[in-house]
Amino acid sequence: MTDRYRPGAHVRTVRHDPPHHTRLPRYARGKHGVVVEPEGRHPLADVRSQGRDDAPVEQVYAVRFAARELWGEGDHHVVLDLWESYLEWEDGAS
Amino acid sequence: MSGTHDDALISRQVRRLETLLEDRGVVVGTALDEMLDAFLSGATPLNGARVVARAWTDPAYKERLLADGTTAVTELGFSAGGVQPQRLRVVENTARTHNVVVCTLCSCYPVRLLGPSPSWYKSEAYRSRVVREPLEVLREFGVELPSSVDVTVWDSSAETRYLVLPLRPAGTEALTERELASLVTRNALIGTGVL
Repeated sequence: MTDRYRPGAHVRTVRHDPPHHTRLPRYARGKHGVVVEPEGRHPLADVRSQGRDDAPVEQVYAVRFAARELWGEGDHHVVLDLWESYLEWEDGAS
Repeated sequence: MSGTHDDALISRQVRRLETLLEDRGVVVGTALDEMLDAFLSGATPLNGARVVARAWTDPAYKERLLADGTTAVTELGFSAGGVQPQRLRVVENTARTHNVVVCTLCSCYPVRLLGPSPSWYKSEAYRSRVVREPLEVLREFGVELPSSVDVTVWDSSAETRYLVLPLRPAGTEALTERELASLVTRNALIGTGVL
């Protein structure tokens, strides 16, 4: 399976608010970022944390966000490791 | 048992969990202690400092370290890994960029290279504030950065751990690799300190 996003890809995080563990922190939901690099394939933590053994194995990406996008202020950046299913193309294309 | 947590609540929870595991025969006797001892033996920030000193003195090593930290640290006899495989990503500070490491969701940390994490690293105050106002947090650590420096905060995960390659102090050209390693502090390896 090929990775959906290349370094430099403009992505948006999904807005999900699941009733279980997720590795998409609340502060970074529904935000625009840029893919830094793929980091390797890992079972989706959201599924694995429920004790299920059918977690899909997905690419995890380092994604860079501007502080202003996350908080409305600040000049720094924050980089997060995010599973592929947390991400969408910025323009909404699939 | 792993009773070294500063926080009494988590300490009680860990002890309760250990007792249950032992009662139900999932772990036997001192197996957990032995596993922890094996994991922590040799886990110290001196390891991270040695990696940094090698990168400062060997440009080819630095290139390998930044390209693939996981493999490069094994050249010095270290592993990034814990119980599950972990990727090590080394992020380089320059005159124009400064990197800081945090884990906002829990307390992921490269224990083998940095030793057990400091209690503030696990505190909610550090975890919630450093992603939002890193300059203020750094100032509280005594780090004043010129406004021309771009700050990047890396939010760790169980899959990838981060190590900061600090800027080499000026005037250290004559020092040996061992002497250079002795200059490197744990906070500099997290990015909450400069050298």
